[in-house]
Amino acid sequence: MINEGKIRVWKDYQKEIADDRYFYVRSCIRQNFFPGAEKTFLRIMRDELRKDVFEDPRHTTCTGIAYHTDIVPLETIMTTVARQFSLMTENGYENIVPSCITSFGIYTEILELWEHHPEWEEKAKNYLFKSTGREFKKPKNLAHSSDVIFKYRNEIAHLAKHCLVNKETGQPIRVVEHIGCHYSRMFPQKGIGGAEYPFVLTGLAEAFGGEVIDYPERRACCGFGFRQYLVQANRGYSIACSKKKFESMAPYKPDMIITNCPGCPYFLDRWQYVISEMEGTTYGANGYGIPVLTFEELAGLMMGYNPWDIGLQMHQVSVEPLLDKIGIEYDSHDKYCDAEGIFMGKPEIPEILKFC
Amino acid sequence: MNSFGFSINKDNVIDYENNDRSLAEIVLAREPSLYRCIQCGSCTGACSAGAFTDYNFRKMHLLMRRGEIRLLQQSVDKCMLCGKCQLVCPRGINTRNVIRQIRLALLKLN
Amino acid sequence: MMEEKKHIAIIGGGPAGLESAENLFDLGYKVTIIELSDSLGGKLNNWHRLFPDRRLSKEILNHLKNKLNRNIQIFYNSTVIKTTRKEDKFFIELNNSSSLECDAVLLTVGFDLFNASIKEEYGYGIYDNVITSADLEYLFHANKPLLTKQGKTPEKVAFIHCVGSRDEKVGNIYCSSVCCVTGVKQAMEVKQLLPHSEILMFYMDIRMYGRFYEDLYLEAQEKYHVQFIRGRLSETAENIDGSLILKADDTLAGCPIKVNADLVVLLVGYVPSKYCSSLSKMLHIKCEKDGFFAPCDTHTDRNFTGSPGIFIAGACTGPKNLEATLADARSASITIHKYLLHVPVLEQINKVG
Repeated sequence: MINEGKIRVWKDYQKEIADDRYFYVRSCIRQNFFPGAEKTFLRIMRDELRKDVFEDPRHTTCTGIAYHTDIVPLETIMTTVARQFSLMTENGYENIVPSCITSFGIYTEILELWEHHPEWEEKAKNYLFKSTGREFKKPKNLAHSSDVIFKYRNEIAHLAKHCLVNKETGQPIRVVEHIGCHYSRMFPQKGIGGAEYPFVLTGLAEAFGGEVIDYPERRACCGFGFRQYLVQANRGYSIACSKKKFESMAPYKPDMIITNCPGCPYFLDRWQYVISEMEGTTYGANGYGIPVLTFEELAGLMMGYNPWDIGLQMHQVSVEPLLDKIGIEYDSHDKYCDAEGIFMGKPEIPEILKFC
Repeated sequence: MNSFGFSINKDNVIDYENNDRSLAEIVLAREPSLYRCIQCGSCTGACSAGAFTDYNFRKMHLLMRRGEIRLLQQSVDKCMLCGKCQLVCPRGINTRNVIRQIRLALLKLN
Repeated sequence: MMEEKKHIAIIGGGPAGLESAENLFDLGYKVTIIELSDSLGGKLNNWHRLFPDRRLSKEILNHLKNKLNRNIQIFYNSTVIKTTRKEDKFFIELNNSSSLECDAVLLTVGFDLFNASIKEEYGYGIYDNVITSADLEYLFHANKPLLTKQGKTPEKVAFIHCVGSRDEKVGNIYCSSVCCVTGVKQAMEVKQLLPHSEILMFYMDIRMYGRFYEDLYLEAQEKYHVQFIRGRLSETAENIDGSLILKADDTLAGCPIKVNADLVVLLVGYVPSKYCSSLSKMLHIKCEKDGFFAPCDTHTDRNFTGSPGIFIAGACTGPKNLEATLADARSASITIHKYLLHVPVLEQINKVG
C-alpha cells in the first residue's frame, strides 16, 4: 500500500466544520442500543472542550429508517427535517450536528434537493407552517458528530489519558474502520476523505496512536440498510453482508473495529454473536469476537472515562480484551451495576462466543 | 443453539480462485478451436435445445471456463448434437466435439 | 527574381508534426518545428512495439526523423507564448525570446494520457501492483523485468479496458479507440515474457476496428490463450500479500465474479493535450466539448480550423492510431499547400434534405 497516494486523495476531499455552537440532534438507534455513547460525546464536547452543544428536548427522530423503508414519503420527512431546523433557528443556532449517519445523509439529501429544486423548499415551508405554525432557516453548517470529533481529534488526544497502543508489546492497536454508507457514498464531497478512502475515522484512530488496517471488503455495506431486515426471514441477507466483512478482515487480526454510524456497530457487534451460534465461527483471538466501538466510545475510553459509564457493558462482543491490551482499568464487579451500585442482572452467556 | 428465524445467505459471486477449472483445461486441450470463442451467442440463437431448455452452447462454455461444474453437469446432456451451432459459428469452432469432450470429461470426473 | 518561400510553423514535433514537416518541405515551403521537449517523436519515444505487426516503435521514429531535411529549423524546449496576426502573416514569440514570422500555422500538439489515479476505486498510486499500459510499455522499452512490487513473478495479470474513457464520472465519454488493441498487444507480449502466466482482460466491448486488429484478437485467444471476461472492473482491493482482488460483473454469466490478480494493468485512454485549451484561446480557434481541437468539417475538411491560416492534424483533433495520424498529417500538408496557393475553398457544404 502506498500511503502517499491515499493522502493525496484525502487532500481532495476537505470539508468545512463549524467551530462551536452546535445544535445536536440524537439518533434513534444510538440512544437505544448504545445508551452511553451520546452522553460521552456531550461530556467530551461540553466538559472537556468547553463547546456549546445545545439540545432541544422537543426534537424528534428524523424518520430516516421509515423513509428508507417506504413507510414515510418524502414530503413527510422533509417537513420533519424542516421542524428540526425550525427548532434550531428558534434557539438561535446555525450549525446542526446529527448523531446518526442516516440523519446526516437525510439532511444532506434534503438540503441538496432544496438547492436544486427550490419549489420543494417552498413545499416544506408550507407544510411546516400549516401543520405547526413554525418557520425555519436552513443551517449554515451541517456536520456529523464524527466530523466534529475528527476536527478536535488532536485536542482530545492531547487531553487523553490513554493511547491506542498495546501496553505489552508497544505496538499500535490494529484498528479496522467502517464508515456508514450514508456518510460519503451519496455525496463524496460531503465526507472527509471522500468515498473510496474516507479519512474521518482513520484520522481519529491515528491521532490516538492506532494503526488503521485496510482490508479488501473495507467498502462493503454491513447490511443495515433498513428495508431488508424489518422482516425477520430476510435477515439472512443482512447478516451475510456483515459476515463477508468479518471473513475479509479476520486474516489481518484486528484488535478492534471503529464506526461512525450507529446502525453499523449495532450489526457488527450483534451479528458476531449470531454467526458464532449459527456456524461456530468467531473472528477475534481465542474464541472472542472483535470489539466494535463507536467513535465517541473510543474517544471516551482514551479520555479515561469509566467503560461502564460509556455503556460498553451493553456490547455483545466483550470489550475487556481490548481494554486489557490498552491498559485501561475497569472494575468487573461494577459491570452490571446501575448508577446507584445496585446489581441490574447479568445477560445470558452465549454458548460459543467467549464472553467476559 | 438458538433459533433465529433465518439463516445466513450464500453469495452468488463466481469465486474464480476456488472454482475447479481443470475440466476446462482438459476440454480446451482436446478441442483447441474453442479458444477462439468470443461469446457472440450465434450458437444459442440457432440451438434446437436452447429454444426449449436452459441449455445453450455459449453458456456451457462459459460455465466450464469459470469452473461452475455443478451447473454444467445439470444441463450439458440436453444437447442433441444436431450441429446447428457449428453451422453458424463465425469463429469456426467444432462445437459438437466440445460437447462430446465435456461429457467424456464429466464421466471421468464422476 | 524568385519569390520568397512561404513559411509554415508547426507546433509539436511528434509523428504528425514530423510527417507534415517533411511533406511541406518537399512541396517547396520553408518549415519550422516548435517542439516542447528536447527531442522529436512525441509519444513514439515511449512505446516499444506498435500494433498491429508489433514492429519496433523506433523503426518508425527513425524513419520520420531521417526523412526530415536538415534545412528544417527546429526549436527545442520551446513553447509559444504569444501570436499576433498581421494581415495574412503570423508573428510568433517563443518562451526563449526567439520569434518567427510565418504564413501558416499547423498545430500538431498531440495528446496526454489519462491520469489513472483519478479512478480512485482502481487504486493506481495506492495499491502496490496496479500499473498503467504506459508503465508496462516503459518496462518493455527499458527491458526491465516484469515483477510485482514484492519481487515476485506475476502468475496472473489482469488488463482493464476503458480506464478514463467512455466514463461519465471522469468527464470523458468518448472512446479512445486504441486502448483495446493496445491491451491485446500487451497481453500477448506479457504472455511471451511469462509463458506460464494467465492473462485476463476485463472489457465492455472489444473494439478491434483497424486493419489486422481482429487478427490480433484471434491470435491472442488461440495462440496465447488470453481470456476475455465481459464486465467492467468495479473495484480493486489489496490482499494482505500485495496481490489484488478484482470485483466485476461477469455479464455473460449473469452474476458477479471475484478474481485475484498479481498485477493489474489499466488501459488508460487519451485526454486532450493541455496545450489544446491554451492554444485555442491564444489563436481563437474552436475546441470540441471534450477538449480536442474542432475541425471545420467532420468529413471534408478535417485539417482546417475555420480561422484562416491555422491548421490542425494528428491526435490533437481526437484519439487516433499512428497510421491515421500520419495520414492526417499528409492531408494537412495538401490543405495548407492549397491554402498558400490561394486555391478557392467551397464555403459551405450544401445540406441535402
